[in-house]
Amino acid sequence: MNPFSSGTRLRDMIRAIRACKTAAEERAVVRKESAAIRAAVGESDNEYRHRNLAKLMFIHMLGYPTHFGQMECLKLIAASGFPEKRIGYLGLMLLLDERQEVLMLAALCSIRIIKKVPDLAENFMNPAASLLKEKHHGVLLTGLQLCTDLCKVSEEALEYFRKKCTESVVKALKDVANSPYAPEYDISGITDPFLHIRLLRFLRILGHGDADASDCMNDILAQVATKTESNKNAGNAILYECVETIMSIEDNSGLRVLAINILGRFLSNRDNNIRYVALNMLMRAITVDAQAVQRHRATILECVKDSDASIRKRALELLYLLVNESNVKSLTKELVEHLEVSEQEFKGDLTAKICSIIEKFSTEKIWYIDQMLKVLSEAGNFVKDEVWHALIVVISNASNLHGYTVRSLYKAVQTSGEQESLVRVAVWCIGEYGEMLVNSTGMLDIEEPITVTESDAVDVIEISLKNHTSDLTTRAMCLIALLKLSSRFPACSQRIKDIVVQNKGSLVLELQQRSIEFNSIIEKHQNIRSLLVERMPVLDEATYSGRRAGSLSATIPTSNGAAINLPNGVAKPTAPPLVDLLDLSSDDAPAPSSSGSGFLHDLLGVDLSPAPSQSGTSQAQKSGTDVLLDLLSIGTPPAQSSSFSSDILSTSQDNTTSSGNLQRLSSPSMPSAQISSAAGGSPIMDLLDGFAPNPATSDANGPVYPSVVAFESSSLKILFNFSKPPGNPQTTTIQATFTNKSPNTFTDFIFQAAVPKFLQLHLDPASSNTLPESGNGSITQDMRVTNSQHGKKSLVMRIRISYKVDSKDILEEGQINNFPRGL
Amino acid sequence: MIRFILLQNRQGKTRLAKYYIPLEESEKHKVEFEFRTHKVIYRRYAGLFFSLCVDITDNELAYLESIHLFVEILDHFFSNVCELDLVFNFHKVYLILDEFILAGELQETSKRAIIERMGELEKLE
Repeated sequence: MNPFSSGTRLRDMIRAIRACKTAAEERAVVRKESAAIRAAVGESDNEYRHRNLAKLMFIHMLGYPTHFGQMECLKLIAASGFPEKRIGYLGLMLLLDERQEVLMLAALCSIRIIKKVPDLAENFMNPAASLLKEKHHGVLLTGLQLCTDLCKVSEEALEYFRKKCTESVVKALKDVANSPYAPEYDISGITDPFLHIRLLRFLRILGHGDADASDCMNDILAQVATKTESNKNAGNAILYECVETIMSIEDNSGLRVLAINILGRFLSNRDNNIRYVALNMLMRAITVDAQAVQRHRATILECVKDSDASIRKRALELLYLLVNESNVKSLTKELVEHLEVSEQEFKGDLTAKICSIIEKFSTEKIWYIDQMLKVLSEAGNFVKDEVWHALIVVISNASNLHGYTVRSLYKAVQTSGEQESLVRVAVWCIGEYGEMLVNSTGMLDIEEPITVTESDAVDVIEISLKNHTSDLTTRAMCLIALLKLSSRFPACSQRIKDIVVQNKGSLVLELQQRSIEFNSIIEKHQNIRSLLVERMPVLDEATYSGRRAGSLSATIPTSNGAAINLPNGVAKPTAPPLVDLLDLSSDDAPAPSSSGSGFLHDLLGVDLSPAPSQSGTSQAQKSGTDVLLDLLSIGTPPAQSSSFSSDILSTSQDNTTSSGNLQRLSSPSMPSAQISSAAGGSPIMDLLDGFAPNPATSDANGPVYPSVVAFESSSLKILFNFSKPPGNPQTTTIQATFTNKSPNTFTDFIFQAAVPKFLQLHLDPASSNTLPESGNGSITQDMRVTNSQHGKKSLVMRIRISYKVDSKDILEEGQINNFPRGL
Repeated sequence: MIRFILLQNRQGKTRLAKYYIPLEESEKHKVEFEFRTHKVIYRRYAGLFFSLCVDITDNELAYLESIHLFVEILDHFFSNVCELDLVFNFHKVYLILDEFILAGELQETSKRAIIERMGELEKLE
């Protein structure tokens, strides 16, 4: 009886499951059915066993557990009727897998055996070879597969087949290729393409690495490659396999050209699949014969413009491999042109590749700059940061092109102002080379003259600054450009000041801070402004590319670096400390802090990590750095301040101090008083900062740090004095002075301190262990702290003081966070 | 070789699945476009996706053609096949598939031979 045609409960079950509207309903039905089947299994119901198993298979396909039916399969296989056996085997295949022991009972075919046990290969070699002489396609097909797999697992088998079978396989291919119409095996006019493919594949294995065998198959390969119909998929599949075989057998240049031309034809095929495989194949062919692939460049370029996303992607990758010095210009031109019309999602990939090509193959700077500007104008929003960083480095180095570049950028920004990275580069260049824009300096022959007024140039920056889509980096760059222009265009100075002032109220701390600082420079320090905003020294390409490659050790000292390291505290006028902040040179000193961040961050001062101070840098450099820090974070308290906070703006207890500083920064009297009092090279520091280093002591002893009250309670006060031994910036010597404020004498006075792991602490013995009452004397104790994270982390310390008053033990504890910066 | 065959409809419901390699149950449910180191060749017939997972070095066009041949056989067998035929007669689809592909390799490429053999099997039942 047939379980499927009459009284079909299987059919009913499928219907019931299909009728379910929700997953929960479906689960319920399946649960019910499973329960029924399980019950039937328990009762050893013979009659319905195969029907139940069929149901189980369906349930299994839906993804429900069916393991309880496994034994049923075996029972069915053991049954006598064919339908039962058939269902049993089907169930065995579907419901069981290799982990189940029972499957070991089932036979595995010989291919599986040799794949698992290669040693058995020799047993199969002879019979397999004889299979190849078979005429029946099915036998031949599987025989070929067995031979192919044998060759893969055994060298010996490969040699054997090469000697014995190459000719017969070639003959078989010839027969099938030349066979007349055979309705049995015909697929769109070709006799059994699958057999073709198997044969070609086996030939590939035989021919690979063997010149004689390769020779033997040349003719037939050429015939297949030329004669096969290519207007149907089946024919193309054969051609494709044939190409692959030609590519991997021993060298025959004629055949290879033929093969690559076939691929070239594939590229113009209407079928996406065929274009796709052709591109993949050409990618591999490029290592074999780049020249032949080059010939299809134009077609590949067309594929870059294909409507199918994966074809575009492949074509672009292939094209990228094809670029060389001779074709880079034309290819780049095409790609850049295509950028205009390409789809949004593709622009990212395309831009990245174009930029990479331009960087890799550019021979002339003007070409590089031109192409980059085009890319930035078209797809500036897709350009990665390092690409436009690199562009700025190149521009900076091309001194004869400064004028040309800034004018081109000016023009580009007018039309493509929405491309953020274009705007950034333009803003940077206008800031640096603004006067060249206005005066048309360094006009090239190819340029059309343009008239730009100073106010036009400021317009560009103002618009970018106020554009709501501009992000923090762009705005910060705009502010710096404005500062620079305020000096280059004195006529616009007032207008620039007004723009800067508007940003004093910015909600972004960075911009607010910058605006206040820059306003102060524009307003009060006309005399040094031009020095501060001098054009940046040429950016060092080697340093930059070194950093880009991720080598942090590439701290190549440049002439600028040398300038800062001048001893004796007089900053060289060409490189005043503030300019250090605005350019790269502070980086060139061994600078642990800057290694991780991009140079433009340093340039903008966006990252506020403390500037470096290393051994050998002089005191002026040191205090210069402090000035920079102070400039960046306004609230450095004066020396006598009792508490020191690194971020006053966020520390409420220091409100008074910080506002005091703010006033100081904006009140004209204070800085000028400082100027008059300080000598030589230090006015810059003084006027920008509340505390002036004492020139006399600092020249002798290295940097001077303010003393701090480290601890104060009702009865005890601890004062820390700092000094640094020359030549060792990591170490700080601290002299602690303890004063007793109470009317009672402290005895057994012990001071203890603990520091975090990055610090090392050494305590010298105290001068005494008795502290007289009411400040009638003090104890001093020296300690040395070595900061292994010098320049990155500041000191911090926990202290504990124990003493006796009238033989009563007293313990005081505290934490010191107010160490001066830079220790 | 073919690693597995999947027939799925547009909602992603599996209509037929056959694995020629042992796979963990959990892996069977999360097959992606590129599976392990193999590639998936798929072709859509109306609402049904026929996917073959094959070795990376295999000929994509050939497998595309074999999917087509399989569909032709189904079409011939069920005379104008539709998704419902496959749902209700999944066991027969398995039979056809077994005649066509064995252990992950094509074994018979003649449509006529397969149809004839199916006829014999039908008679047996």
